Amino acid sequence: MTQIMQFISDNLLLIYLLIFTVILGFEVISKVPTVLHTPLMSGANAISGVIIIGAIILIRRSAPDDIFSLALGTVAIALGMINVVGGFAVTDRMLEMFKKKKKS
Amino acid sequence: MIIQNTLVDIAYLIGAVSFVWGLRLLGSPDTARKGNTYAAFGMGLGILAVLLDPRIDGGGNYAWIGGGMVVGSLIGWLSAKKIQMTAMPQMVSIFNGLGGACAAILSIVELTTQDLDTGGMAISLFALLIGAIAFTGSMLAYLKLDGKLKDSQVTWPKHSIINQVLLLITIGFFIYLIVVGHTTGLLIGFLVLSLFYGWSFVAPIGGADMPVVISLLNSFTGISAAAAGLIYGSNFMLVGGILVGASGTILTVLMCQAMNRSLFNVLIGGFAASGGAAGADGDQVAKSTNAIDSAILLNYSSSVMFVPGYGLAVAQAQKALKELDDLLESNGVDVKYAIHPVAGRMPGHMNVLLAEADVPYPKLLDLDEANAAIPSTDVVVIVGANDVVNPAAIDDPSSSIYGMPVLNVWEAKHVIVMKRSMSTGYAGIQNQLFFHERTKMFFGDAKDSIQKLTAEVKNL
Repeated sequence: MTQIMQFISDNLLLIYLLIFTVILGFEVISKVPTVLHTPLMSGANAISGVIIIGAIILIRRSAPDDIFSLALGTVAIALGMINVVGGFAVTDRMLEMFKKKKKS
Repeated sequence: MIIQNTLVDIAYLIGAVSFVWGLRLLGSPDTARKGNTYAAFGMGLGILAVLLDPRIDGGGNYAWIGGGMVVGSLIGWLSAKKIQMTAMPQMVSIFNGLGGACAAILSIVELTTQDLDTGGMAISLFALLIGAIAFTGSMLAYLKLDGKLKDSQVTWPKHSIINQVLLLITIGFFIYLIVVGHTTGLLIGFLVLSLFYGWSFVAPIGGADMPVVISLLNSFTGISAAAAGLIYGSNFMLVGGILVGASGTILTVLMCQAMNRSLFNVLIGGFAASGGAAGADGDQVAKSTNAIDSAILLNYSSSVMFVPGYGLAVAQAQKALKELDDLLESNGVDVKYAIHPVAGRMPGHMNVLLAEADVPYPKLLDLDEANAAIPSTDVVVIVGANDVVNPAAIDDPSSSIYGMPVLNVWEAKHVIVMKRSMSTGYAGIQNQLFFHERTKMFFGDAKDSIQKLTAEVKNL
C-alpha cells in the first residue's frame, strides 16, 4: 500500500498527463463524420509512428561497438520511418481528393 | 547547454500540441488535410529534437540513424505514392504493423541489454506484447484484405475458445516473466507466443469487420508507443502514443456502431458462425438482364442511383462509372450515389475512390439521405455491393447481419444488380434481394459491364 502511495506521489504529473491525454484523445475524435474515418485512422496510424523517437534515442546512446543494439535499432528506425512517412503521405493523398471535389 | 535543453523541450512541446491540433482538424472535411500536415510537422519537429537533444549521451552513431531514416523514408514515400487507392486499407494495415514491429524490436533490445527494475521490465514486456500482436495482426489483416488468404484458411474449429486460452497463457507468461525474471530463451518464447497470439486473434474476424480490427490494432500500436515512451522517459512519445490509443479506441467503437454491432461481437467473429438463414435459393430463380435493356431503362429514367461496393473497387470501375454518369446526366437523368458507411473495405473508402474519379461531392448521399431518396428513384444500380443492400438485415432475425443498417434499395421502382455471379457477399450469406420481383441481375465484371452499358447508351 505504501509503495502504491509512494508511486502515485512520485509520478503525479505523469498521471495527470496520462489521464488528460486519454480524455483529449476521446474528445477530439468523438464527433467525426463517417467519411473521414479512414483518413483519420490513417493519420492516427502515422502519429503512432512516434515510436521512431525511441529508436533514435536507443541508437544515440548505444556504444559505437554495440552492433546488436545498433543493427536492431537501425531496423527499428527504418520500420518506424516507413510508418511515419508512408502514413502521412498516404493520408495526404486521400485528403487531397476531398479538397478537389470541394471546389468543383 | 541549458538553453539547448530548453529549446529541445519546447520543440517537443510544440510537436505534441501539433499532434493534438492536427487530430482535431482531421475530424472535419474542410480542415482535414491541414490537420494531417500539422501532425506531420509535429512529428518532424519531434524527430529533429531527439536528434539534437544534448542530454542523450553515448556514441551518437549518426550514420546508423541516417541510414535507417533514409531507407525507411524512401520505402514509405514510394509505397504511399505508388499504391492504388483501392488497396489503401491494406497499405494502412501494413504501415501500422511495421510500427508495432518497431515497438517490439525496441523492447527486445531494452530487455536484453539494459538492467531494468521490475517496473521497467513490466513496461518493456508490455510494449513487446502489444507491439508483436499489432505486427502479426496487421499483417494477417493485410493478407485477408488483399485476398491472399481466405477466412476459412486461417480459422480453426472452436477458434474463439482457442483464443481465450491463448490469451490466458500469454498473460500468465507475462506475469511469470515479471515475477521470476527472464532469460534470453524465455524472452524469445514470449516473443513467439505474442506474435502467434496476434495472428490467432485476427484470424476468426471476418470480412466486413476488418476495418474495425485495423482501427483496434492501430490503437494497440499507439499504446505500445506510449509504453515505449515510459521506458525512454519521453513525454512526447507518451502523448503521441496515448492520443492514438484513445482516438483509435473511440474510432473502433464508432465503426462498430455504424454496423450496429458490439466490439465483443466483432472480436469473437460473429459473422463466421452463421449458417445462413432459410435461403431457399435452390428453388428461386433470379431474373437476368443485358446491356441493351439496362441501357434503355437507365436512359429513359428521370433519376438513377448507383450503389457502389467493393466489387467496383476491385474492378477499378470508378472512372468507367463516372463516364456513364456524365453520359446519363447529359441526357437529362439525375444521377446520385448512395454510400453505405461500410461500403468498400473501410468507412469513407468509397468516397475516396469516387473522389479520385472526380465525382462531385453533392452527388454522394449517405445512408439516411439515400434511404429517403430511394422510394422516388426510378432505377437503383448496385455495382459490386451485396451485404449492404441485403434485406435480411431488416426482416430476418436469424441472419448474422440482422440489425445492421442497410440501403433499402428494394423500395425503388427498378433494381439492377451488377455482379460477377450469384455468390454470397463478404459476410458469406445469401441475399434475397437478388430474387426480388423488381430486381434484375446483370452478370459480369463491374468495369466491363459498365463500359458495355455506356456503349449502349451512346448508341441509343
